[in-house]
Amino acid sequence: MPNALSKLIWVAIALLGASAIGGIAIHRGEQINALWFIAAAVCTYLIGYRFYSAWICAKVLVLDETRATPAERFNNGRDFIPTNKWVAFGHHFAAIAGPGPLIGPTLAMQFGYLPGTLWILAGSVLGGCVQDMVTMFCSTRRDGRSLGQMAKDELGPVGGWAALIGSLMIIIILIAVLGLVIVKAMKHSPWATATVLGTIPVAMLIGLYMRGIRPGKVLEGSLIGIALLLVCVWGGGWVNGSAEFRGMFDWDDMTCAWFVMIYGFSAAALPVWLLLAPRDYLSTFLKLGVVFMLAAAILIWSPTVKMPAITQFVDGTGPIFKGTLFPFVFITIACGAISGFHALVSSGTTPKLLANEREIRMIGYGSMALESFVAIMAVIAATVMEPGIYFAINSPPGVVGKEAADAVAMITSWGFPVTVEQMSTLAAGMGESTLFGRVGGAPSLAVGMATIFSSTFGGNLLDMWYHFAIMFEVLFILTTLDAGTRVGRFMLQDLIKHVSPALGNVSSYPATVVSSLVFVGAWGYFLVQGVKDPLGGVNILWPLFGISNQLLAGIALTVATGIIIKMGKVRYSWVTGLPLTWLAVVCTSAAVEKVFSSNPAVGFLAGANKLAADLAAGVLSPEKAAAAPSLILGQRIDAALALLFAAILWIVIFDMIRMSRRFLAGKPVQPLSESEHVTTQLAWARD
Amino acid sequence: MRDDLKKLWDFMREVTGDDAYERYLARHRETHPEVPPLAEKEFFASEQERKWSGINRCC
Repeated sequence: MPNALSKLIWVAIALLGASAIGGIAIHRGEQINALWFIAAAVCTYLIGYRFYSAWICAKVLVLDETRATPAERFNNGRDFIPTNKWVAFGHHFAAIAGPGPLIGPTLAMQFGYLPGTLWILAGSVLGGCVQDMVTMFCSTRRDGRSLGQMAKDELGPVGGWAALIGSLMIIIILIAVLGLVIVKAMKHSPWATATVLGTIPVAMLIGLYMRGIRPGKVLEGSLIGIALLLVCVWGGGWVNGSAEFRGMFDWDDMTCAWFVMIYGFSAAALPVWLLLAPRDYLSTFLKLGVVFMLAAAILIWSPTVKMPAITQFVDGTGPIFKGTLFPFVFITIACGAISGFHALVSSGTTPKLLANEREIRMIGYGSMALESFVAIMAVIAATVMEPGIYFAINSPPGVVGKEAADAVAMITSWGFPVTVEQMSTLAAGMGESTLFGRVGGAPSLAVGMATIFSSTFGGNLLDMWYHFAIMFEVLFILTTLDAGTRVGRFMLQDLIKHVSPALGNVSSYPATVVSSLVFVGAWGYFLVQGVKDPLGGVNILWPLFGISNQLLAGIALTVATGIIIKMGKVRYSWVTGLPLTWLAVVCTSAAVEKVFSSNPAVGFLAGANKLAADLAAGVLSPEKAAAAPSLILGQRIDAALALLFAAILWIVIFDMIRMSRRFLAGKPVQPLSESEHVTTQLAWARD
Repeated sequence: MRDDLKKLWDFMREVTGDDAYERYLARHRETHPEVPPLAEKEFFASEQERKWSGINRCC
């Protein structure tokens, strides 16, 4: 392309992006079309990718396409294997894109569409994409080592331990909060429950098929599985309509929580081929399919966004979770803007597939930009419905009242009109008895998706689309849940083996059962706490999850900053240093607020103390009084955990600063652990 | 057109791991033909075990 034309196109993209963002930002009063969000997002990613990522790769990382990658040097045809870059991109994107970018933005829409959208765009282009790409670079230069190993090699044992504990804690909290999302989507919904239960034998059947009948025929098995999953959605509808079976699947939330825990334990203790691996094939297919379908539907239908740009809840009084805009929008939206968990995939897993260093840019930076786009679609799905309906679905009964009439009166009084009739018509259309108080984000996302799909593709199938969307969300939440339980079990056994070698033996079956039970118990504790919480659990667990995820991102950015400084590029250390500073500020403020705020709905300690005082004064109903002691203890544990997260982050940051100061003063430090330059022989990957 | 479809199909097979065994055999023949290769069933089973022993799914 002639140079001048290329420049012209980039100027046009920049202008379009700037005017789309400007349009979204200053737009008031009238409703705005969702295509503006798509335009703003796509232009932002294009500019970020074309200019910022190229600059980082050329100036800071100095990618070297003549250098052999770990995949080439250690090629074993298994985990180390030079892979076509689009295939590697597919693997990496499928690994990083989970339910997080769909749920976080949905919850954060209580502040209005603007804060969340701006954070998703700025956070990803300047933070999340950079973190993923730089971590991938560091690991690729270090034989594909994991984040924990790199922290230990580059910063010292303190950094190594912090990364290990950080990873373990984030997995526990992540699984608990995702479990809560499933519980809230399934409770008293026979259709959803029956569909979700149906997916388990389908996964097992496909597992048996791929193992015994047609070994390794992944595509064929998955396609049969997807067809069977659609039958499950239809079958759930049949159960829902049958007077005989309906009651059997009408579970309360504690029953659903037990189901999730038993499921998590079974998936971790059973052989992977039976349940975990086949479920993952199905959910990955479905995930990618639905994401592209949603993008197409939004483009075709081009819906109008009905949520205001900013709501009054920026003052901290929001019904979905309590807390002011700063810092909580940055904690609520972690995945989609910057997600520390990605650092665990970007190190250790994906670097072993890269055929050439050059591909780090597309796979590291590009995949995260695509995930951020998924978050923007979640924003659209949450804001195209009437705000009154969004709040009626997502507000816990503990805030707006158990009775439908009370809930609509309160939500309407906030300036978001909604009626009981509107909600019952909607629930009937979706094949549910009620949609009030379905917290957790998944049901409201499913309502949004069902509306988008049925408006785009026509047909009177709202209820089918709704339960298809629920099935899709639950399916890949369960994949994260069982894969996480399994990995968590391995990490736990790795720690235990220093104390008890017998329990740490990963190939012993009794040790597997015991350590799986312990790990499920750990996340199950937080899940049950969330289920019992009168404010719906999201208010407690989601901020904890956000803080732990940002903590891990902080550790990854700290390791990367230390490495950039030791590479002699202290003048460029702001590339990872600025997002790190921002995360440290956000994480610390959020942790301090969640622990010490005097508002009992925000501060864990104030919440525990208020409940203790009420219990002592005897003003609680017998039912609430019975639940109070465990809730009080739970909130105190949450407080300790939030403080631990903040402390770990600062310990790692100070360790890095200490090391960097020694390095800059010319004193001896742990040397860069980069492996030696070997010239690549892979002609296809170079040209 | 036919070539493009074939390319798309090959891409789908590679990205899903559908052709993993064929790739394994090809590489096996190249590197150590004297050792008998794993049967497809054993190969697939050990691949799954390996794949799910590390972190490959996120939030």
